[in-house]
Amino acid sequence: MAQAANGTLYRGREGMWTWVAHRISGVLIFLFLFAHVLDTALVRVSPDAYNEVMSAYKNPVVGLAEAGLVAAVIFHALNGLRIIAVDFWAKGPRYQRQMFWAVAIGFVVLFAPFAIRHLTVVFTH
Amino acid sequence: MSATTSETNYHAGPDAVSAKTSRYRRVSKGRGNFELWSWVFMRGSGVLLLVLVFGHLFVNLMLGEGIHGVDFAFVAGKWASPFWQTWDLLMLWLAEVHGFNGVRTIINDYTEKDSTRWVLKGLLVASAVLVLVLGTLVIFTFDPCVDPSSTLSVCTGR
Ligand code: HEM
Ligand code: HEM
Repeated sequence: MAQAANGTLYRGREGMWTWVAHRISGVLIFLFLFAHVLDTALVRVSPDAYNEVMSAYKNPVVGLAEAGLVAAVIFHALNGLRIIAVDFWAKGPRYQRQMFWAVAIGFVVLFAPFAIRHLTVVFTH
Repeated sequence: MSATTSETNYHAGPDAVSAKTSRYRRVSKGRGNFELWSWVFMRGSGVLLLVLVFGHLFVNLMLGEGIHGVDFAFVAGKWASPFWQTWDLLMLWLAEVHGFNGVRTIINDYTEKDSTRWVLKGLLVASAVLVLVLGTLVIFTFDPCVDPSSTLSVCTGR
């Protein structure tokens, strides 16, 4: 474990890239949530106002962005579980690389069916 | 009782000792265990959010007609039930406070000037208050019949 040919063990390895991706995905979801609560609030204005913005969500370009958002949510959630396991599970730190692959596989297993279903709905309506 | 000031009080916890005898000054800012609780909260809320957000995305994007089924009537149908009202209220508060706390950490990490840090945190607090107040009000005051000429079944029966 403790061999570092070029500087730290951490930099540029899975641990660092997942950390960066966890940050970026977290901020992205947080920004989306801000817009999302504002657009949902239009239900208090009128049904037409709400349906108007929801029609934007059904546009194919926005549909692709939704798939991106869901990808960010799935990654952040699974990687969040990995962080929790590293912190709380005694063997977590030892298996953190294996858990990185578990996150990668879990991501594909959840995202692939979602993307197929969602993009079919978005593009064939 | 009347310990002389030159004696160290070994019953007052490690800080009382080190503050007098150590060359290093580890002065507590008096924030207690705040960062520890925030660390625990990030993990606890994360696990709950996994269920809440995945459930939200599954019901709204996968079931029925997916995104094409989402409109005012869809929301009226969900919020007629206390189950989804509670679900959304929990999701709103947990996601906003979790995200707020995460972004707070990020601001602390990247800002060097105090002034920049306080401006960003001010914006962060303002946005979180807006989202929490507005989102909560919307769930509690939702009226499926805001439009007097609504054709939704809950409204036509009146
Ligand atoms: C493209 C994906 C999404 C769609 C189509 C969508 C759709 C909706 C809809 C139709 C509602 C109204 C009530 C309900 O259905 O329960 C709603 C409310 C809500 N959504 Fe989403 N949502 C999406 C993603 C998300 C994500 C990723 C989050 C979490 C970060 C989230 C958090 C919320 C919250 C907190 C509310 C309640 C808002 C309020 O209190 O006014 N949504 N969403
Ligand atoms: C879906 C389930 C989720 C899980 C399991 C989860 C888990 C976590 C965990 C474990 C952390 C690390 C905290 C730390 O390092 O102390 C974290 C950070 C963060 N989360 Fe989440 N989270 C979830 C959803 C969300 C949502 C909905 C948002 C946005 C509203 C969000 C935004 C953030 C942000 C901004 C950070 C800070 C990242 C950093 O400091 O590098 N997360 N999350």
